[in-house]
Amino acid sequence: MKLSDFVIREAVLPDLAASTKEEVIREMVASLRTDGHVKNGDEEGIVKAILKREEQGTTGIGRGVAVPHTKHASASRLIGTVALSRKGIDFQSLDGEPVHILFLLVSPSDRPGDHLRALETISRHLRTDVFIRFLRQATTREKVWEVLDDADMNQLFS
Amino acid sequence: MDDDLVRRQLCVTNPEGLHARPAAKLVQLANQFQCEITLVRGSQRHDAKSIMDLMTLAAEQGSKLLLEARGCDAHVAADAIEKLFVEGLGDLDANPDDA
Repeated sequence: MKLSDFVIREAVLPDLAASTKEEVIREMVASLRTDGHVKNGDEEGIVKAILKREEQGTTGIGRGVAVPHTKHASASRLIGTVALSRKGIDFQSLDGEPVHILFLLVSPSDRPGDHLRALETISRHLRTDVFIRFLRQATTREKVWEVLDDADMNQLFS
Repeated sequence: MDDDLVRRQLCVTNPEGLHARPAAKLVQLANQFQCEITLVRGSQRHDAKSIMDLMTLAAEQGSKLLLEARGCDAHVAADAIEKLFVEGLGDLDANPDDA
């Protein structure tokens, strides 16, 4: 699976305005409304579902990364977005550190495998310091796309 | 000094598989022990104390994993982890979307 298989490029947010976990999740789900990937009527339900799951256990997996996600009936396929926070968000992460990189995933109700494969893809790339470093240095949407594309083509390893 | 090597067969029972949240629970538990803790599937070995390692397992419901614990507290660790898996890593009641 490639990152480009599920990351909606127009929804990428290189500089999050929000500063709390809830606001960030709202901002990211709102960005998925571009091109109707998420419909207006579904937005609140998706945000609530993601927040509810965060209460059950944080997706702040450490190294400044979080992977908030939910299944939702409205999703016909797995979609996601990437967002960067300059200031850092408190996500109650496993390592206690603030989060600067977020991958948000919305997946169809009946295909948990897709979601797992996306997580596997994301975490495979996150294991390289270069991926994290280049993402954090990206200041524009286009620069974020470059990092994701390079990762997909395994061009990040030098 | 002889390090104990303890092995257990585990099964991923929760419907959504070993995604971020249950993986985080496992990592937090594994890090409480001194021994090395590895989850093995086929030829791949994953460090249970590393969230990134665990998420690259991408273990779906029904996956069979071999737990290997090596060290002075291997038995205690293996028991605790086995129990966590039997309990579905706290994710058994993952409901379909609420909307």
